[in-house]
Amino acid sequence: MTNDWPLFEVFIRSRSGLEHKHVGSVHAADARMAIEHARDVYTRRQEGVSIWVVPSSDITASDPAEADSLFEPARDKVYRHPTFYAIPDEVKNL
Amino acid sequence: MNASARSSVEGVPAATGANAASGVLGVAGGAACAAAGGTGAAAGSVGATGGAAGATGEAAARAESLLRYLLRLGDTSLVLGQRLGEWVGHAPALEEDLGLANLALDLVGQARLLLTYAGEVEGKGRDEDALAFFRDAPQFLNLTLAEHPNGDFAHTIVRQVLLDAWQLELYEALSKSADTRLAAIAAKAVKESRYHFRFSSGWLVRLGDGTEESHGRAQGAVNNLWRFTDELFAPDEVDEQMAAVGVAPRLAELQPLWSARIDEVFREATLQRPASVRYPWHGKRGVHTEYLGHMLTEMQHLQRTYPGAQW
Repeated sequence: MTNDWPLFEVFIRSRSGLEHKHVGSVHAADARMAIEHARDVYTRRQEGVSIWVVPSSDITASDPAEADSLFEPARDKVYRHPTFYAIPDEVKNL
Repeated sequence: MNASARSSVEGVPAATGANAASGVLGVAGGAACAAAGGTGAAAGSVGATGGAAGATGEAAARAESLLRYLLRLGDTSLVLGQRLGEWVGHAPALEEDLGLANLALDLVGQARLLLTYAGEVEGKGRDEDALAFFRDAPQFLNLTLAEHPNGDFAHTIVRQVLLDAWQLELYEALSKSADTRLAAIAAKAVKESRYHFRFSSGWLVRLGDGTEESHGRAQGAVNNLWRFTDELFAPDEVDEQMAAVGVAPRLAELQPLWSARIDEVFREATLQRPASVRYPWHGKRGVHTEYLGHMLTEMQHLQRTYPGAQW
């Protein structure tokens, strides 16, 4: 029966102020059931304070075959990392 | 267990004659309960005239009623939780397996708090485990509906909807109980019940408003289980005494709330509510269907075979 139910991706916010993180997926007949399943499967040990579910079919993914053209160009642009700036001693918590 | 149940009754402090006869967990719970109710009323009138002995008798009768009341709540949660636990490994999907197990664990958790309190009220040194594993079916005071077998998934869901709505309204009211310990337990439990009802009512709508097959099974389960709902709101002496002292709500006040919830879910699920059926189910007086004994045999097997076993 599970195979008849569509797949939903589950995102959990572990604490207020933090972002939702992808934790896995559940099968469910509808979004409401997906929330309940996500609650039962992924928040049994107080892992979260908020749940998002998204139909997996609504997610557009990048094509692994295009990885070279998508990600390769960034490889030689190390100057985009903010490690070239001297940080004044007075600045804390950066 | 009959022997120990009787001995526990004999020890009720300062019990009046009729009170001593009221088997706390005895087989003849129904008749004994009526006797205890009568005693309570009689003691009340004596107390009004200032009789010290009457006041003591009244207190004992009230403790007796509280004990029975707590056992009814605790046993209903325990038995329903055990039933749901039977689905583990058999539910239609892994996610449902976990979902039903979660409900079961919530219910067993409620039972632990309620039975622990019951054991303290009884004052015979029985803890939650002694009450759960070393009483026989006639000493369980759960609602009959809770012990009904799982049947197909529709039966499980309908039983759950009916009892979730009942627990939801009851715990809501009990969270304002004059008994602060019971109020605290109810305040915790009502949050669980809200989720349980959300879960089970969602499923009932899905089944009832689903395919021809699922609708037929859901309606069949409703038709089959409806006769047990009469017991949910049929007050007896224990309910009335607990309501009179502000420990419990009046069942007559809960029924319309429960009814409205059920009607709303049934409407959405396109299910027909059967006509009311008067039927003398007496689970909460210790008179059970044969199903409970079979269930307890399995549930209690390990502790009966190896008493006190831990792991």
